[in-house]
Amino acid sequence: MKTENVIEAKALTKKFGDFTAVNKISFEIKKGEIFGFLGANGAGKTTAMKMLIGISKPTSGQANVAGFDVYTQTENIKKNIGYMSQKFALYDDLTVRENITFFGGIYGLSRKRIKEKTQQLVSELGLEEIKHQLVGSLPLGWKQKLSFSVSLLHEPRIVFLDEPTGGVDPITRRQFWEMIYKAADRGTTIFVTTHYMDEAEYCDRVSIMVEGKIEALDTPKELKKQFKVDSMNDVFLRLARNIE
Amino acid sequence: MGISLSNISKSYKKVKAVQDISFEVKPGELFGLIGPDGAGKTTLFRILTTLLTPDQGTATVTDLDVVKDYKSIRKSVGYMPGRFSLYQDLTIEENLTFFATIFGTTIEENYDLIEDIYVQIEPFKKRRAGKLSGGMKQKLALSCALIHKPKVLFLDEPTTGVDPVSRKEFWEMLKRLQKKGITILVSTPYMDEAALCDRIALIQDGSILDIDSPEKIVEKFPKNIFNVKANNMYKLIQELQSYQHSYSVYPFGEFVHYTDQRDAFEIKDLQSHLKNQGLDNIIIEKTQPNIEDAFMELAK
Repeated sequence: MKTENVIEAKALTKKFGDFTAVNKISFEIKKGEIFGFLGANGAGKTTAMKMLIGISKPTSGQANVAGFDVYTQTENIKKNIGYMSQKFALYDDLTVRENITFFGGIYGLSRKRIKEKTQQLVSELGLEEIKHQLVGSLPLGWKQKLSFSVSLLHEPRIVFLDEPTGGVDPITRRQFWEMIYKAADRGTTIFVTTHYMDEAEYCDRVSIMVEGKIEALDTPKELKKQFKVDSMNDVFLRLARNIE
Repeated sequence: MGISLSNISKSYKKVKAVQDISFEVKPGELFGLIGPDGAGKTTLFRILTTLLTPDQGTATVTDLDVVKDYKSIRKSVGYMPGRFSLYQDLTIEENLTFFATIFGTTIEENYDLIEDIYVQIEPFKKRRAGKLSGGMKQKLALSCALIHKPKVLFLDEPTTGVDPVSRKEFWEMLKRLQKKGITILVSTPYMDEAALCDRIALIQDGSILDIDSPEKIVEKFPKNIFNVKANNMYKLIQELQSYQHSYSVYPFGEFVHYTDQRDAFEIKDLQSHLKNQGLDNIIIEKTQPNIEDAFMELAK
């Protein structure tokens, strides 16, 4: 099943004046893969992600996301991906249902489809009793789970998750990962950044960025073997030590 | 001369932020408050640093009462709030001078205390705080909290959103400060950092789940715990959750941590069950629980 590439980047580069934020990164990500995108603060992860989701034009290099070019087909990219971050998730002063309706509309779903999706989502997440509550009143864990589901409303081929689980309690964090596994199992590609190194071990493959370059890219198992350490945390420390 | 809380409660309108919290931090101890967002960690910090009065209960910091003696407490504690709260449009040096002056001291007077932290950002001392990276802001905030040589240091989630390298360095700094006799209360949502504290309080929804040394908390874990792995992670989780004897099922990196309801659990029973459900390359092996397992068991 995992044969088709849904993201391909080749020597993708972004410069801001003299500063090279992303320096010739190359990788391929397959359908249904969970790809962990790691790096220290300031390593260039956000800049790289912005190019892939079509909101920042690369300085040089190529990339193809969901079959579309990051220079010329950014509108198509946006329609075929989902995005969720810790910072921007949902509207706190809309109810659960209103948020789903709003984002469904943004993604261009028909009224009928939105209605179906709302029902499906509310029952899957067990939100029946609180669907008329304002999102702002929900615990953080619920918001994050709802936000992830909303990012999947339009059945995108890829979903980008930017530190999705920061500050969430350990049980909810695991429920969140179960949702990720489920989406991946259905063929959605997951592109995720995290500072939790144990979460890096949940990924099929992981890349680690250091000062704008991808310094390592493999399965967690191979990376641990390659660096002769027991955990992804140690792999990370080996690679990124002494860089601010 | 440490910190003591006795039956502290605080509500914001209908929300009970913390309920009946009691614990003691010994002088010179590095004590961790471990829990997710919304657990009540920040409320406790604000009560202890005299920025908020409790609804019920009493608390002392260096034997001073947080309500009656708030002025004296403010002089003898350092506080690094969760949100970066230095002056963004002052430079590194200006921020530090400002805090030193407020407390009636100078950078020179207590330089030895902040030296190994401050040297790392000193080359950029003319840069405005708003233009610093996350790691540098964190070091500046710690320097400012230390500049008046506090007896007790309060650090509210100093490592949240910080990458593992900077987090490791930060904890090394805390250990050095502890050696200088400073009592430290630190909060974190990262369970792996709990192991670095002398003692910890696990906190969720405003209540304390347990207080002990990290080793003891893990020792108290009531069940045998097993690493389980198979060719399809999603299916494996589903099958384990629906297995009639399962007690808890939590993904843990490349494995699932599994506990069974039965005392007489046999690995081969589960192995054949999973095989019958169509899973392959099944690995089941006994493993050791960690703080996160303990937290989830207590929060269950």
